[in-house]
Amino acid sequence: MSRDIAQEIQETIDGNPVVLFMKGTPNFPQCGFSAQCVEILNHVGTQFVGVNVLEDPEVRQGIKDFSSWPTIPQLYIKGQFIGGCDITRELFQTGDLKSQLSAAGTIGASEEG
Amino acid sequence: MLTLQEVEKMIQAGIPDATVVVNDMTGTGDHLEARVMSKSFVGKTLVQQHQMVYGALGDAMAGPIHALKLTTIATED
Repeated sequence: MSRDIAQEIQETIDGNPVVLFMKGTPNFPQCGFSAQCVEILNHVGTQFVGVNVLEDPEVRQGIKDFSSWPTIPQLYIKGQFIGGCDITRELFQTGDLKSQLSAAGTIGASEEG
Repeated sequence: MLTLQEVEKMIQAGIPDATVVVNDMTGTGDHLEARVMSKSFVGKTLVQQHQMVYGALGDAMAGPIHALKLTTIATED
């Protein structure tokens, strides 16, 4: 029985509004880039699911194939690939991250009118 | 191990009009920082811009380059 990794990933991002594929766990990140993403998500106050790729080599490779993106962490909102650490930080700085999370209903609406 | 110049050349080979600056963040040659400016980024999302750079680097991302802090800038001219 071989696993269908792409389908497992699809189900994870369909079933959870915000998913971070990362090294380590939200409470104990094991990579500086993953830690930065967790910090940003906590700072904007969204709930999210962290998937620890270090626990599963097939997911670690599978998520890279899934998004054509060679690095981890990877952030998904509402099933859509948002980016890695640099893009997450850039979207946080421009306020776009908050807008997208508000639209996804995982944080309160921001004050902009 | 790739030199910083080799990494710059790889990115430039994939994005010919790009201005590329690569720095070594840790002194170990595998944690790099790249700033890439190109007209071909105009109209593309950040994900697409970064994918273009990753595409140019190809297998180097899976081996010699352990981490890459990437900044892409779309230049209008």
